[in-house]
Amino acid sequence: MSRSVPQMLEDWEPVIGLEVHVQLATRTKAFSPSAVHFGEPPNSLTDPLVLGMPGTLPVFNKLALELALKLGVATSSKIRARSRFARKQYFYPDLPKGYQISQYDEPLCEHGHLDVLVGTTVKRVRLTRIHLEEDAGKNTHVGAVSHVDLNRAGVPLVEVVSEPELSSAEEAAEFMRSLHRLVRWLEISEADMEKGQLRCDANVSVRLRGEDRLGQRTELKNINSFRFVQNAVEHEIARQLRIVDDGGRIERETRLWDADAGQSAPMRSKEEANDYRYFPDPDLPPLVVDGSTMGTILHALPELPLPRFERYQTAGIARDDARTLISDRAMADYFDAACLAHPAGHAGHGGRTIANWMLTELLGALNTDGKDIRESPMAAETLSALVVLVEDGTISGKIGKEIFAESYKTGEAPLAIIDRRDVRQISDEPALWEIIDNVVKASPKQAEAYAAGKDGLFGFFVGAVMKATNSRANPVMTTDLLKKRLGR
Amino acid sequence: MPTLTRKEVEEIALLARLHLESDELERMQSELGVILDHFGTIAAIDATGIPAMTHAVAMDHAGPFVSLGVLRPDEPQPSLPVDEALRGTPKRDGDLIVVPAIIPGAKE
Repeated sequence: MSRSVPQMLEDWEPVIGLEVHVQLATRTKAFSPSAVHFGEPPNSLTDPLVLGMPGTLPVFNKLALELALKLGVATSSKIRARSRFARKQYFYPDLPKGYQISQYDEPLCEHGHLDVLVGTTVKRVRLTRIHLEEDAGKNTHVGAVSHVDLNRAGVPLVEVVSEPELSSAEEAAEFMRSLHRLVRWLEISEADMEKGQLRCDANVSVRLRGEDRLGQRTELKNINSFRFVQNAVEHEIARQLRIVDDGGRIERETRLWDADAGQSAPMRSKEEANDYRYFPDPDLPPLVVDGSTMGTILHALPELPLPRFERYQTAGIARDDARTLISDRAMADYFDAACLAHPAGHAGHGGRTIANWMLTELLGALNTDGKDIRESPMAAETLSALVVLVEDGTISGKIGKEIFAESYKTGEAPLAIIDRRDVRQISDEPALWEIIDNVVKASPKQAEAYAAGKDGLFGFFVGAVMKATNSRANPVMTTDLLKKRLGR
Repeated sequence: MPTLTRKEVEEIALLARLHLESDELERMQSELGVILDHFGTIAAIDATGIPAMTHAVAMDHAGPFVSLGVLRPDEPQPSLPVDEALRGTPKRDGDLIVVPAIIPGAKE
């Protein structure tokens, strides 16, 4: 009887490294000026270079370099002033040249790191390298033949390679999420996983806890969603644990993840008969990054998600709220703009209240409408103004939600709606006392019963005051004054 | 002792996706061997301290014929019309290129 996975994990430690391909958001291909688009008719986005015609020469895309450099800088990588393109030979019809232009022993970026949010902690995962390469076309297998569409061939990618430092399927999925968030934050990729713009291979091994050397690894290919990373890695860890815990040995192999079946299967060894024979591409000069390019990149780098996460927490924002706020740069920017318009800024009450209103009311309304924060009909400054009106007691929180709904819908300023609807909170003590006095006088029996100890009747009086004031009575003051008027 | 073994020639043929008959393998073994021997002669030259030459022109300095850091602006040019692009394709199905079945995912 073999042991359960949690039992085996007491003795064995999983080790995972990821290789993530990210499509760079350029308008044209890496080495030729053919347009890049998703969903165009097959083979409509090619040129002689993509087709591997003799006599064609590659010239690298300036924007692709700049986008890759942004990622390099944001991951604190060491940037090579002079990196080199290499040819990786392989024989498939999806790259008619017979090789892929990639980078080999002189990649653009090395020794960076990615900060990954795992549960309640931030884990720093080292990055071995980030290199540039071109994508291949798309093969579709139809019975005895394969169909080839070369629209994707030559699209610029960066490959981000992590050190084998992730120790669970959850960490692997969080690494992907953090990288996904970062590349979108930096606007270097749309990273739409359904379009294959972010996809990964995972290297998985297990070793006895305390062991320094890595165990034999297997490579999982074909992973194109956060859920699949988690499932595929979890499945592979369990598979390897069952083998090693029984005294068996892991074979070095490449396995394909089949998301529909929820399992992986080894590729036949002949399919792996690859010998890439990398060599420097003689058609491309070294890729030079000069000081002024670096200066421009550094200057334009936005505040990154994790520093912002820390900043929000320091300002008193709850951890979960802070995490939601940094899930998207537009969301964080909206929040910052709202705080900037608030007299207290991010600090103390201001930031917390704005975060509450933004994450419940605004996101709720946007969700209902199927809208993104970028399409919010309510400006950050308007939300901030509404929050201030609730905070300073001009209106109650309950009325505030109604004002929000109307302002969100019509675009009218909160204060204008408040005045038109005459819903200003009554916080004037003599005025409120008079209203309360009248309410109590109108229900002498209930007042008597309450005085005799029937506590449940207090709510009756609060309700009556709210009814008499159209919900405008300041609730805190109403409670205080009612107690005073009723004698206890 | 031949420079190349028959097995090595078979492996190279597989990588190049070439089918070679027995007599062709033998011929390749001797012909490729001669070429390899020539590189052996070159390899014997002491090249200590000389950087590997990867380009036909000097790449270390920008000069009259070489300009380092040449990049292309990200501006699309018209793609080839599909019929033009597929003119040399032996078989097509609509606008797709048809090739003998290949096995998915075998590449990186």
